[in-house]
Amino acid sequence: MLSKGLKRKREEEEEEEALAVDTWWLDPGHPAVAQAAPAVASSSLFDLSVLKLHHSLRQSEPDLRHLVLVVNTLRRIQESMTPPTTLPPVPNPPAAPSVADNLLASSDVALSASVASLLEDLSHIEGLNQVPQPLADEGPPGRPVGGAPASLGALDLLGPATGCLLDDGLEGLFEDIDTSMYDSELWVPPSEGLKPGPENGPGKEETPELDEAELDYLMDVLVGTQALERPPGPGR
Amino acid sequence: MGEDTDTRKINHSFLRDHSYVTEADIISTVEFNHTGELLATGDKGGRVVIFQREPESKNAPHIQGEYDVYSTFQSHEPEFDYLKSLEIEEKINKIKWLPQQNAAHSLLSTNDKTIKLWKITERDKRPEGYNLKDEEGKLKDLSTVTSLQVPVLKPMDLMVEVSPRRIFANGHTYHINSISVNSDCETYMSADDLRINLWHLAITDRSFNIVDIKPANMEDLTEVITASEFHPHHCNLFVYSSSKGSLRLCDMRAAALCDKHSKLFEEPEDPSNRSFFSEIISSVSDVKFSHSGRYMLTRDYLTVKVWDLNMEARPIETYQVHDYLRSKLCSLYESDCIFDKFECSWNGSDSVIMTGAYNNFFRMFDRNTKRDVTLEASRESSKPRAVLKPRRVCVGGKRRRDDISVDSLDFTKKILHTAWHPAENIIAIAATNNLYIFQDKVNSDMH
Repeated sequence: MLSKGLKRKREEEEEEEALAVDTWWLDPGHPAVAQAAPAVASSSLFDLSVLKLHHSLRQSEPDLRHLVLVVNTLRRIQESMTPPTTLPPVPNPPAAPSVADNLLASSDVALSASVASLLEDLSHIEGLNQVPQPLADEGPPGRPVGGAPASLGALDLLGPATGCLLDDGLEGLFEDIDTSMYDSELWVPPSEGLKPGPENGPGKEETPELDEAELDYLMDVLVGTQALERPPGPGR
Repeated sequence: MGEDTDTRKINHSFLRDHSYVTEADIISTVEFNHTGELLATGDKGGRVVIFQREPESKNAPHIQGEYDVYSTFQSHEPEFDYLKSLEIEEKINKIKWLPQQNAAHSLLSTNDKTIKLWKITERDKRPEGYNLKDEEGKLKDLSTVTSLQVPVLKPMDLMVEVSPRRIFANGHTYHINSISVNSDCETYMSADDLRINLWHLAITDRSFNIVDIKPANMEDLTEVITASEFHPHHCNLFVYSSSKGSLRLCDMRAAALCDKHSKLFEEPEDPSNRSFFSEIISSVSDVKFSHSGRYMLTRDYLTVKVWDLNMEARPIETYQVHDYLRSKLCSLYESDCIFDKFECSWNGSDSVIMTGAYNNFFRMFDRNTKRDVTLEASRESSKPRAVLKPRRVCVGGKRRRDDISVDSLDFTKKILHTAWHPAENIIAIAATNNLYIFQDKVNSDMH
């Protein structure tokens, strides 16, 4: 059993830490800030916010309001963490902006919208709006393709229905394409890619670039350039 | 204010088991109809329960004007979106009554994705004396029929029938947070996080998008729609609030797509109160037009504000709901309580405003006398027909005997949903799975 003196001391320390945390948020000019290690206080709030963001993105359908508010708060914290020169070097802040942005970028809606805007650009090319179908078929089994108009998110993913008929000539293009490229997570519901796990950590940040690479490749093929020098995507 | 004696009966109809609270019974919305005769509640399990006010009778004056269960029905069921592999919750987010146009009552109820129009009718007579059928409905042996009789209508026990008349589906990608019936009684709007749609009450396969704040690149998303409402008298005007604390008044006559607001109501941030949580606590959780149509009431995390439609720069009145939480924002952020969405209400004459808080407390502010009161909705602290005792939260310093200290507040007991009778001093308070109805029978003054 701990002696009384020791117990009290621990409580006092915890109180001080809590006080420092509370006053830090209200008044950055407070003397407590100069005394306590501000980097520790703000990094704990930063960590908490990152945790919340992770948790929110892990949901199959994140609460958008919660997500947006947490991201905005995280950005505020990042901004406040970068300027002061007296702070001891903190490993997190430099990577922070990209981490937060990439986390958001890898969210369900972000990915589908990024894909949507790219597809909208590509849809001007003849018959392209039909392209996602064969690719989606390569996706996880049982996932229905096209058809049901139910959610606008799904529509975004499949691209705008301009009503162009598939040109027979386009079929020939696909014969040359190495379909192993499409046995990938491109059309997998992004929520699966966000499941927590150590192996997903680095993969998360790479995913946006990977998808854009895939789409660039697709664009090249369909526009007719034959430059197929890009190697298969890394680290999957 | 006096307390309605029927609270126990109402509580029993919600609690399946006295000691165990099922999550499906958590009330998620409360709404009086336009006369105040009916009160509808929606819960997390997708059910709607309608209460009706008993007519006052001289024989039993002590039960005059109390609310009894009128009808219960399952409005929404859990659904599965196969395209996205997502379950759609059956929780009723909002109920709005339609103005009554004939003997039937109608209401709109919505979950995250689908809005339904329900018609509630009464049957208190039935025809008797059929020629071809007997009393049980079986066909009669024609050889026994010797004379013709005219069926007559005989009274029967009141039967309340509810039927779904319209289902407005597939209009929203994101979660619906509000619905509002237009004063033209023909259209209504539904708002989700990023879009607002206008529907005609008779047409279910089409809706018009009138507000769209979805950015081209979702990575640029910084603001969502949190609530919206039509103006009570001007059918072309509506307001919507955002997570950044702004209100936008839009005029549907100006353009088909009301992305450009007619008026923007925003209060500049107070630099002395600035913190990392400034944005979160400024997020508006509810917006309500006054009955007069001249003012708007908004609720954010710590305050309720009254805005004059003619002044965009700042609210004309600000009331502190629980300012003692300002120093606790960090732990409230940690527990996610800072994201709780409280509603607010006007009384019939727009002179008093009400909103909920934690520890089953709710607050009322008299705009004329500037007095405010904190009351508690709990069975432990209030007996039937007893006068509610004002409560006080102390923040250190002098503490009176019945004061509650800030640190002993129960943050799991939150009053998010409240409603005020359109004409009288009767209020409905939803405390988790319990519904409290309080009536002021003595006088209408605030004490």
